Amino acid sequence: MNDLAVATVRLRKTYQVPVRQSGIAASLRSLVRRTTRDVHAVDGLSLSIAPGEITGFLGPNGAGKTTTLKMLAGLLYPTSGEVTVLGHVPSRREPAFLRQITLVMGQRNQLQWDIPVADSFELNRTVYRVPAAAFRRTLDDLASLLDLGPLMMKPVRQLSLGERMKCEIAVALLHQPRILFLDEPTIGLDVTMQRRIRAFVAEYNRRHGATVLLTSHYMADVEALCKRVIVIHHGRLLFDGELSALVARFSTHKTIAIDLDGDAPDARAVLERIGEVVSIEDGHAVVRVPKSQTARATGEILATLPVADLSVEDPPVDDVIERVFASTRDATGDGDASHEGVAG
Amino acid sequence: MIDWISIYRAQFAVTFGAQLQYRASLAIWLLGLVLAPVISLVVWTTVAASGGGQAGGFSQGEFAAYFLALLVANHLTFTWVAWDFEFRVRNGSLSGQLLRPVDPIHANIADNVTYKVITLLAVVPATAVLAWAFEPAADTSWLNLVLFLPVVALAATLRFLVEYSLAMAAFWTTRVFAINDLYYVPLFFFSGQLVPLALLPDWVRAVGNLLPFRWMLSFPVEVAIGRVAPSEVPIGVACQLAWIGAFLVVRSMAWRHGVRRYSAVGA
Repeated sequence: MNDLAVATVRLRKTYQVPVRQSGIAASLRSLVRRTTRDVHAVDGLSLSIAPGEITGFLGPNGAGKTTTLKMLAGLLYPTSGEVTVLGHVPSRREPAFLRQITLVMGQRNQLQWDIPVADSFELNRTVYRVPAAAFRRTLDDLASLLDLGPLMMKPVRQLSLGERMKCEIAVALLHQPRILFLDEPTIGLDVTMQRRIRAFVAEYNRRHGATVLLTSHYMADVEALCKRVIVIHHGRLLFDGELSALVARFSTHKTIAIDLDGDAPDARAVLERIGEVVSIEDGHAVVRVPKSQTARATGEILATLPVADLSVEDPPVDDVIERVFASTRDATGDGDASHEGVAG
Repeated sequence: MIDWISIYRAQFAVTFGAQLQYRASLAIWLLGLVLAPVISLVVWTTVAASGGGQAGGFSQGEFAAYFLALLVANHLTFTWVAWDFEFRVRNGSLSGQLLRPVDPIHANIADNVTYKVITLLAVVPATAVLAWAFEPAADTSWLNLVLFLPVVALAATLRFLVEYSLAMAAFWTTRVFAINDLYYVPLFFFSGQLVPLALLPDWVRAVGNLLPFRWMLSFPVEVAIGRVAPSEVPIGVACQLAWIGAFLVVRSMAWRHGVRRYSAVGA
């Protein structure tokens, strides 16, 4: 277990949430006796992540992603189960452990609100005992990569959300952690900056062999960075494996894109017989067909229509993920105790 | 070995910058800190004047000396750590501090000391003006004034630890204000902010000696104005140290258990 960067065994976090009905009588009753309800934010999660891996951590809102990251970073005590990160028990929050990790969350966190960014950096340098030369080097790297130059002397409260996020990422990496827990690191950033952050995380991983566990709402982040994805829902493991395997496993359909050569007035009628027509215009058509019927459908299209070009594609990852969550919602219903998932 | 000097130097730079950003609110806080003892000063010098220049063994000038020393000592021992801590637990910004390999208490200590240093620049002239206006008189010695310094430092340490321990309640309830209100009543009374403890009945003073409040504020004031002889100071210091020891234990136990309950709201 100690060779792993992250290992959890049946990790569980249960919150007790006060329940109160509306109305005066209920308010008075709650004065005397409080009723609480257990919410299983993380419900028996077992994971292992090897050093140097970049893993995407996916799930709908409220799936337990952030709670899991907080337990891995030592901010939350697990209700039960085991966690080790780099051989440490995170909740003990030993300095030797804290110096090796970082957690970036999409909110203000390490930066001091009222003072220039550079002062926050300096504070973290001393707190993490980063030698001056190494600090200078890392800071130069970060500043050029994230374009921090103009921001360094501004008080944090004057920064825009995107600027703040860049600075949060920079300050979280000044001590060169071996594990990065990134919770929505690109939220609020424009597309160019998202791409830069992605490139930066990949580069950091390559250069330092750091382990990265990343949640994101942008599938582009996950597709660009993560070979492996872990999908959780209702705090339980739904899928753990390669991104391509996730798509293969959960996509029930394929899309066939066709470029028609010349006129084919009956094209729509033909395609509607074969599958679900997603779009058809200007001689270009997209059809969705069940995966098992891909070969037959392709043959039929080639035989009946004047095809210039044809390609069979997996649906976009976004759609697949959406489908995974939708199907589990349908299968289990919210709050149903019997959600089994399809853990792999 | 942790390099505390560097950490504190950097922390001071941060809190210094942060507090100077809010000069207006700093001034308002300061005004409140100066006004409260001035009101007591006016009331009690008036009482003394109507009682033929004396009330409970205090002359007008002695009341003035008492409340001016109280003003300075209250400023030096005052903390807002409970309020601050509750805020950080409630909005989740404690998380950022918990991720760092240094106990968050050091940020609070630095914050407190910086605030004192900055505001002392205003408290000293304010006290001087009030001294000119109210003409304090005290039968004190140089030794008493010198002893005031370590005694007020211990009082500040104790008050900080007591209020930090109370602040830990934020881990259990996100409404610490109610507990604070409960704390401020005996503090106001037994720390000598309302009246000098010397004016209270013997049995009340006896009770007060057993509580931590006198040692958090009144004691350094009594030393400064010569109401405690230098030879009696060691007993008081022993009481201060005993309470400091007790609250070091309380705070570290409350911290250990509290952090387990921390639910890292939001951030």
